[in-house]
Amino acid sequence: MSGPGRPEVRSAWLLLAPMLVVLALVAGWPLLRTVWFGFTDARLGGAGSFVGFDNYLANYDGEWFGVLADRLWWQSVRNTLWFTVVSVSIETVLGMVVALVLDAAFRGRGLVRAVILIPWAIPTVVSARMWNWMLHDQFGILNDALLRLGLISSPIAWTADPDTALWAVVIVDVWKTTPFMALLILAGLQMLPREIFEAARIDGAGPLTVFFRVTLPLIRQVVMVAMIFRALDALRVFDLIYVLTANSAATMSMSVYARLQLIDFQEAGIGSAAATLIFVVVSVLTVLYIALGRVRLGERPW
Amino acid sequence: MVRRLLGRLGLWLLVAAIVVFAVFPFYYAIVTSFRSGSELFTVAYLPDRLDFDNYAAVFRNQPFGRNILNSIAVAAVVVALSLFLGFTAAYALGRIRFRGRSPLLLACLAVSMFPHVAVLSGLFELIRTLGLYNTLPGLVLANLVLTLPFTVWMLTTFMRELPRELEEAALVDGATPWVILWRIFLPMMAPAAVTTGLLAFVVAWNEFLFALTFTLSNEMRTVPVAIALMSGATGYELPWGNIMAASVVVTVPIVLLVLVFQRRIVAGLTAGAVKG
Repeated sequence: MSGPGRPEVRSAWLLLAPMLVVLALVAGWPLLRTVWFGFTDARLGGAGSFVGFDNYLANYDGEWFGVLADRLWWQSVRNTLWFTVVSVSIETVLGMVVALVLDAAFRGRGLVRAVILIPWAIPTVVSARMWNWMLHDQFGILNDALLRLGLISSPIAWTADPDTALWAVVIVDVWKTTPFMALLILAGLQMLPREIFEAARIDGAGPLTVFFRVTLPLIRQVVMVAMIFRALDALRVFDLIYVLTANSAATMSMSVYARLQLIDFQEAGIGSAAATLIFVVVSVLTVLYIALGRVRLGERPW
Repeated sequence: MVRRLLGRLGLWLLVAAIVVFAVFPFYYAIVTSFRSGSELFTVAYLPDRLDFDNYAAVFRNQPFGRNILNSIAVAAVVVALSLFLGFTAAYALGRIRFRGRSPLLLACLAVSMFPHVAVLSGLFELIRTLGLYNTLPGLVLANLVLTLPFTVWMLTTFMRELPRELEEAALVDGATPWVILWRIFLPMMAPAAVTTGLLAFVVAWNEFLFALTFTLSNEMRTVPVAIALMSGATGYELPWGNIMAASVVVTVPIVLLVLVFQRRIVAGLTAGAVKG
């Protein structure tokens, strides 16, 4: 009944075939080609010849070349990691607060839940431009409000000043993706049996004790899974930074760096080497996180 | 009693803060879209006029109507293809036991989460070789990278929740998997397909990296690229009124969609997240 030649198994592979062929064509093959281009001196749109690891690191006449010798690459790695850690941390804390609020019973809860979906649904490019306008150094509403409240004495060039540019990116990302975090955590909260909280309250535990001793341990798994998906999304950030601050070095992410080399400089070899490095870095970080955090990747939250 | 009242007050303040934080940028875009010229050099917290000049300018200065149609066409075809391919695959992954099932599901998960820039040069070459550079079919092809793996994953999750007896009775009657798939599972999966399709539509509608890289002319751009590349006549001062009008035009339908299908979208976003 369960041999490999079972007709059922054969039809399973037949049913899978169209999807697998398409996925191999649009994801598998292009990924392999990208890795290959990384080992060639190809220009954009042309075939190149094999150059080994020269695109990664090479030494000619005592001078170092390649992605790994490029200070801009390392800055983009630092920017991306900093952005990922800071934005995902803030989103997790805020998402938790929003989820706890939405878990309480009040009139209009359904409407509020719908309203917080708006930032999630607005295209990233559009939200970047909306915030670009709000963060405008001369005519922006944020500077105007802060000046009126007396919190700052002169306008801040949010997206142009290297000291604040990456924070501007974080602000927009937090605005856009906290709803996702909150909804996932809320779904986790609503799975918990109410009796546990009753019991804790009868035992005389305060709200904070209940949260840290009862709620948090019970939803840890949900939070960890939500965090990894947010982190993977943050590690590949492109749209937001490209539109908010263009190709500025102060905010350049790894994806922006790779596309800059690949398309703007037409350096298919260098760009593909950088893209391959991103793929490797993200894979390694993911495996580490899953192993160290003991996350069970059963199902996928979207 | 006083403590209860204070708690209630605090809750409402938090709710108000959350709502203001979520909708303010959109509200401010609407306010700005009705103002033009030197009015934009002063900040307006409340709507002070109703003027559709910016909206007319958006459609006059660039083929924005065409861009919207491009986005709708690409997203619609991508959703249809993803649902068809995803549905047959999800039946195999969700209802038939065979070796290699878990690795396949994990591969889908990996593809949906990997950095898209990793396939950029390979896809560029593929699209050029197929003669699809600067065409909508090229964008459809590229968008499948984003939507197909998660469609498969989500439909598989939904497919597993259906009772086992469904196909057992049909199998006894001698029906083939193909018949079971289309006659029995398709009707039952309609709600799941709507949820999955909605999420896939939002993903394809928002896609930027591929649309930016694989199109060249204004006429072939999708909405996100058109808005990102919108610049002024002098190229020095950005036409903020126009940009905000364009942003409002493309955001209103999405906001309506979200408000109408709120329950389905939340169900889709959290599908399987809290089980197992």
